Order: sequence, then C-alpha cells, then structure tokens
Amino acid sequence: MTPFRELLRRELAIAWKDGSSIGVTLGFYLIVITMLPLGLGPDLNLLARIAPGLLWVALLLSALLSLGRLFEGDLEDGSLEVLATGPLPLEAVAATKSLAHWLTTGVPLALLAPVLGLLLNLQPDAYVVLIATMLIGTPAISFIGSIGTALTLRTRRGGLLLALLMLPLFVPTLIFGISAISAALTNAEAYGPSLLILAAISLASVALAPIATGAALRLQLQ
Amino acid sequence: MKLIAETLSVMRGERMVVTQLTFSVDRGEALLLTGANGAGKTTVLRSLAGLLRPAGGLIRLEGGQPDRTAQEECHYVGHLNGLKAGLTVEENASFWCRYLGGASSDIELALATFGLAAAREVPVGYLSAGQRRRLALARLLLAERPIWLLDEPTVSLDRASQEILSKVVDRHLEAGGLVVAATHVPLGLARSRELRIGAAALAA
Repeated sequence: MTPFRELLRRELAIAWKDGSSIGVTLGFYLIVITMLPLGLGPDLNLLARIAPGLLWVALLLSALLSLGRLFEGDLEDGSLEVLATGPLPLEAVAATKSLAHWLTTGVPLALLAPVLGLLLNLQPDAYVVLIATMLIGTPAISFIGSIGTALTLRTRRGGLLLALLMLPLFVPTLIFGISAISAALTNAEAYGPSLLILAAISLASVALAPIATGAALRLQLQ
Repeated sequence: MKLIAETLSVMRGERMVVTQLTFSVDRGEALLLTGANGAGKTTVLRSLAGLLRPAGGLIRLEGGQPDRTAQEECHYVGHLNGLKAGLTVEENASFWCRYLGGASSDIELALATFGLAAAREVPVGYLSAGQRRRLALARLLLAERPIWLLDEPTVSLDRASQEILSKVVDRHLEAGGLVVAATHVPLGLARSRELRIGAAALAA
C-alpha cells in the first residue's frame, strides 16, 4: 500500500502547489453557468427546468479541461519512465492518478455545483440529489477519461481529440445523472434507480478503465 | 546475479535499430555502451528497463530473486530527470525513496553524496541543469536496486560531480551491483568493459 499512498500524496501535493489547474477548472464552471442565464433570458421556470442538464454538461466540459494534462507532466519530465520501473504496475499508477484527479477536480466541482444551482433557480428539493449524483458520477469521468488521455498523450492538440474520443463514452453518465435529478424534482422517491445505475457505471469504470489506461501508457512509452 | 541479453533485436517504428545483440553483465561489472548518435544505445537501455518490447531475442536475469524481473531490479536514469519542478529537492527525493521502497534514512545520505544537502528546501524549478541531473542520479542511492541503467549520466555535470558519480558507481560495483551505461565520455570507473554497438549496421 505504501507506493500507492505515496503516489497519491504526491499527486495531491502537486495539485495543491500548482493551484492553477483546480482554479481554472472551477473558474470555467463558474463562468459557463453564470453566462447561461444571460443568454437564455430571465425566464425562471425555463431555467429551473433545464438546470440539471446545464449543471451536468458544464461540469463534464470543465472536468475535460484538466483531464488532458493527467499524464502529460509525467511523460514530459520523465517521471512516467521511473514510475514504470517502480513497484506498482502501470494499471495501478493509472488508477491512482485517476483517483487523484477525481479528488482534485470531481469533488470540488460537485461541491461547487449546488452553489451554481442557485444561479439557475434549481428547486430546493433537488439539491441533495444533485450533490449525490455528482459525487457518485464524477469518478466515471476521471477514470473513463484517463483512457482517452493516455491514448492521446503524444498527440499535438490532444485535448480536442480527447473530447471527440471520450464524449460519447460519457453519455450514459450524463443521462443517468440528469435523470436522477429530474426524477427527484417530479417525484421525491423516483430517483433511486437512476442513482443506482450511475453508481454501477462509476464502479465499473473504476474497476475496468485502469486496465485500458495502463495498456495505453505502456504503448506510449514504446 | 547476471543480466543476459541474447540475440536482442529492437525495432523503432519501421527500422530495426538493434539487431542480434548478445551480451551479459555479471555482478561487480560495468558495461559501457558506446557508439555513434543513433546507434541504439538508449534503445538497448530502455529494453533492459522493460520500457521497450524487443522484436526478438531475450533479456533475462540469472541468480536474482525468482519472482522479480529485471525491470523490478533496476534503476533507470534516462535523458529526462523525472523531477517535479514545483516540489522541493527534499520532497522529490523523499517521494522517490518511499515510492521505490527505500529507507527514509537514506535520503540524507543520498543528497549529501551528490552535494545537494544545502539545497533541500529549494524547489527543483530553481535548480540549474547540473543540479537537477545530480538529484536524478541521487535516486540511485534512495532505494537499493542491484541493476543500474544509466543513459549518458554525465550530461551537464561538472568535473567534480563526474568524479562523485564514478565513486558512487565504483562503490555500487564493489557491493556486487551491476551497471549498464550509455556514454560518450569515459566514466573513470575502476573496472569496466566497453561494448561498441551499431558499428555493423552503420558500415553496411
């Protein structure tokens, strides 16, 4: 467990010291959500109806923004080569780094979302479910996204390619995340199934995505 | 312990860079890979470190722990230093030490050996190229591993640091370690063998 703990601690320390990554992600989320009511007009009912979708789509795009740099630093400064000769297999390195990405991006975004919900006139009943879906759903974004990041690692302008490659894979997360919140708005009890499927997607991606990411990283080192 | 490469062939893209190379390195021995630029020195080292998959041939370890591969027994110091610019010298060193399974008491010694003890609180981003190189080489002492794979270790080192490096490598060899290094300059080692690679391919 020591190598895993040390790697996680290093990732968090780097994210903390180089605060710009978290700052840009949260700032982007804030700005997109602030601009939307200006573009859509002051119809509060309309905003309340589309708030869950807007919050989720904007969160996904914000997370993608920082996802592109998940392995870039380690490839450029040679850390990846040393990590590859270390005690953890690259699959575990990928899982650890994805987990760190979730902790430094997914969790802050999920906690910011309810504040931004205020700007979109989100109904009070939905707040608890909103935070729940986002905390449960964002691991899927970090872990599935790591596959695309590893695949596009040596590609110039990889960020755009990453979005093209990975956005389709995020569709299930998006659908069940939004439908859980919408269900909570119409019928307080009905959000259960969507939330459970969302949890299943996240768990499956946590278990399976590192295998693909590890293989992609191994190819990138060739 | 003995590191053996048998009829090793490695492709880079469509080109066969290393063809049918056979060599072995015994404990206490240093093998210096020499050859022109592009001869395949780095390719051989990366294959030994398990980063490249050989197109043919075999790399094996004799007399080591049976459940460990050459990759798990080696330190690889490549062209890139593997350091995080935002973290201090000590944070970088202690991460690699604990990650690679070394004892934290070795951090002090490794930094002192390479003359970095005074710079331990300095972020790596502020260090000179030579100091970064020394910190990358200090990784060799942070965790004990019998095989050292060094890719042009002396790049940007001053003469004093080069002497420190050859002392450290000599001590490692005396303790029964083995070293494979790609280099253009003599490392000043007490015992070393030279393997010139790529000569045949270039002549053809």
